[in-house]
Amino acid sequence: MPSFLDMGKYAAFVWPAYGISAVGIVAAVLLTLRAYYNARARLSAIEQSAK
Amino acid sequence: MFSYANPKRFMELSGHILPWLAALTAILFIAGLYLSFAAPPDYQQGDTVRIMFVHVPAAWVAMMAYGFMALASLVGLVNRHPLADVAARQAAPLGALFTALALITGSLWGRPMWGTYWQWDGRLTSFLLLLFLYLGYIALWNAIENDVRAAKAAAILALVGVVNLPIIEFSVQWWTTLHQGESIIRKDGPSISAVFLWPLFVMATAYTVLFFTLLIVRMRTDILDRRARAAVLGANA
Repeated sequence: MPSFLDMGKYAAFVWPAYGISAVGIVAAVLLTLRAYYNARARLSAIEQSAK
Repeated sequence: MFSYANPKRFMELSGHILPWLAALTAILFIAGLYLSFAAPPDYQQGDTVRIMFVHVPAAWVAMMAYGFMALASLVGLVNRHPLADVAARQAAPLGALFTALALITGSLWGRPMWGTYWQWDGRLTSFLLLLFLYLGYIALWNAIENDVRAAKAAAILALVGVVNLPIIEFSVQWWTTLHQGESIIRKDGPSISAVFLWPLFVMATAYTVLFFTLLIVRMRTDILDRRARAAVLGANA
């Protein structure tokens, strides 16, 4: 393991803190994008059927 | 000023800005993470000092997002500006997420440094209250079907909850129970070393830009949903 990734005796606290932050942020990005593309598809489907 | 902020204009402008904001967020996170791991271990905290680089930015955005939500609620309430209601509503889930991240990462730092994951200390308790304020705000929006009434009720809750922000801010001075005092914004300058201040600053900027990037996408989604609902109503009329 490269030395800058070695958290020594605090590894059990440092890595979960970064892991949970990463999971939370990535999930927020993915959910936000999915909702956006779904909304766009829904609106264009409604507009298509109205024509 | 508000005539420039109508939903149509917002969609045009935000569409141009978003790719730049997304790129800036990515660059800031890469730089921030690099600095976070390049910093030396603290002489007292050891490697747990690195938890600060994800904890403090999350806590900062959690509070800033609440301030933003309350301000947008006020504009929505006073000026009846629909975009302000959309902004306030869409800021809440993001604020709740960052509040939860701040609480969890803080607790992971507290265990090795304070010897406990949780203590009913002034700062910790008022921050937990912030999470409940966000959740209550979201629940209120979802409980009332009429958007105009929901916006009004939620805005009042958001404004009442603002009182918690100074409580969080000054909690470390009022109750010196566990959480340490201010270390960055102090009259006599920051009390932490520059090698830790830089990663903290870059990560805080990354979290802030990320918040606004996600907020804009969420506001666009909300506007598209409103258009879709209006189109369905129009077709059925």
